[in-house]
Amino acid sequence: MIRDPEHEKMPRKELEKLQLERLQAKVREVYEKVPFYHRVFKEREVSPDDIRTLADITKLPFTTKVDFRDNYPYGLMAVPMQQVVRIHSSSGTTGKPTIAPYTQGDIDTWSEIMARMLASAGVTKDDVLQNAYGYGLFTGGLGFHYGAERLGASVIPTSGGNTKRQILLLQDLGATVITCTPSYALILDETAQDMGVDLRDTKLRLGMLGAEPWSDQMRDDIEERLGILALNIYGLTEIIGPGVSVECPHKCGMHIAEDHFMVEIIDPQTGEQLPYGEEGELVITTLTKEAQPVIRFRTRDIISLNPEPCECGRTLVRMSRVTGRSDDMLIVRGVNVFPSQIESVLLDVEGVEPHYLIVVDRQHVFKTDELEIWVEVSEDVFSDEMQKMENLEKRLRSEMDSVLGISARIKLVEPKTIARTEGKAKRVMDRSEL
Amino acid sequence: MRIKQISVFVENQPGRLVSILEVLEKKGISIRALSISESAEFGIVRMILDNPDEGLEALRQAGFTTRMDWILSAEIPDVPGGLLNSVAKPLAEAGINLKYFYAYIEQATGDKAMVVLKTDDLEKAERILKSLAG
Repeated sequence: MIRDPEHEKMPRKELEKLQLERLQAKVREVYEKVPFYHRVFKEREVSPDDIRTLADITKLPFTTKVDFRDNYPYGLMAVPMQQVVRIHSSSGTTGKPTIAPYTQGDIDTWSEIMARMLASAGVTKDDVLQNAYGYGLFTGGLGFHYGAERLGASVIPTSGGNTKRQILLLQDLGATVITCTPSYALILDETAQDMGVDLRDTKLRLGMLGAEPWSDQMRDDIEERLGILALNIYGLTEIIGPGVSVECPHKCGMHIAEDHFMVEIIDPQTGEQLPYGEEGELVITTLTKEAQPVIRFRTRDIISLNPEPCECGRTLVRMSRVTGRSDDMLIVRGVNVFPSQIESVLLDVEGVEPHYLIVVDRQHVFKTDELEIWVEVSEDVFSDEMQKMENLEKRLRSEMDSVLGISARIKLVEPKTIARTEGKAKRVMDRSEL
Repeated sequence: MRIKQISVFVENQPGRLVSILEVLEKKGISIRALSISESAEFGIVRMILDNPDEGLEALRQAGFTTRMDWILSAEIPDVPGGLLNSVAKPLAEAGINLKYFYAYIEQATGDKAMVVLKTDDLEKAERILKSLAG
């Protein structure tokens, strides 16, 4: 269903005109209200008046995750704190998380965008929606919650975890829609099977899955096991949370909410804008965000864009699945993990050499992603007492858990176990490569 | 009396101990006592060597993570109650905690057994054991 045909089916010329108006206003706003943007615009000798066409966006500087880190916590805000009604956060590249504040206006816009996205997947007031995305600082839980409520569906805020209970509720409360990560969908199925429950016998007919990369094969698997239509949804904390784009039931790419987000594709090495159809890094500018608008944010996600009108009738450009990253970030069980976070913990624990290797066990049908960090034991931390070594392991694990936000196994290894490479160290390996 | 102990960190995999022993054999170093403390994934090999300084250096060169610690050795009469009365009771009565303990491979002199131990108070334990030995 198309909830907002005016915007979702807007002719391209009109959409571009709307985008330009919003872009000009937003650029002026950040220039005047956000010292960071004022400074970087001045450094590039560009002013809001220089934005006369959409192509002029290339005159503006990029914003990266490092800028978020450097301006932590509130340096990128465009409004006084009094106007902020919510603050979400997600992983940063080091120990400091990424902060995302929202005004009431932002919450309303976000709810409406999410309602629109749920509607495009076929969700209506008559649906019972079980929301198993994590509630709390993570944008997934509350993002879907507000969108579903706005749409009028009956929301069950189960959040993540407590899987046996979730399955009981799925059976008894009759959810027709499940929202969760793709890997959690498979865990639900596995646990259900252990309980002697077949999820295909429940009322579930649709899943809106995202927050981590997943393949078409995984989709087929999930659809088969749960007896649902499984659609992809994409977003990121720095922009809004979930709500940047969503697949319509034709499953041919995710429609981007272009009335709110202006997108570009760039060559990650040179920063040059690329044409539609080519694969490159997705860059997003927020056209309607109030608390923390962002100009040309480099997502590091590699995708391609398709501007052809879709069978569903929407004119909004479609993005492919994310095919890779232009940085070293991983997503494990839906959480962003940066090797630099791991490095910061290791350096913190006195004397531990930052020679480490991240080993990822990628999700198979019955397993979640597992993260293991191999840490070389140097003479500085080596003790003849077993207790001290076990304490070291425990301390590393607890600090790692707290910085990463997910649990990781720590494996202490002998020096030189981890291959030394020339140039950039290979910090991440899949278990199958070992 | 106090004695040098060499410890080495090893992963819990076949062949690690062999690598250590090969390094020592190449240097003609003899092992007097050896103990392995293990956890699921790694172990600490503790050794008393006839030439601890050379042993430490050789193992280091070979790329092992290794260290030297001062611990205590004690001779105890090889009779029932020998360990109890010569070492365990005296240390316990002085409030000293025993961290780990193992025995010599080599035969001790006469009717004695040789043991090595680490406590939480090297100085005090050494004094007590020395005074008992007479």
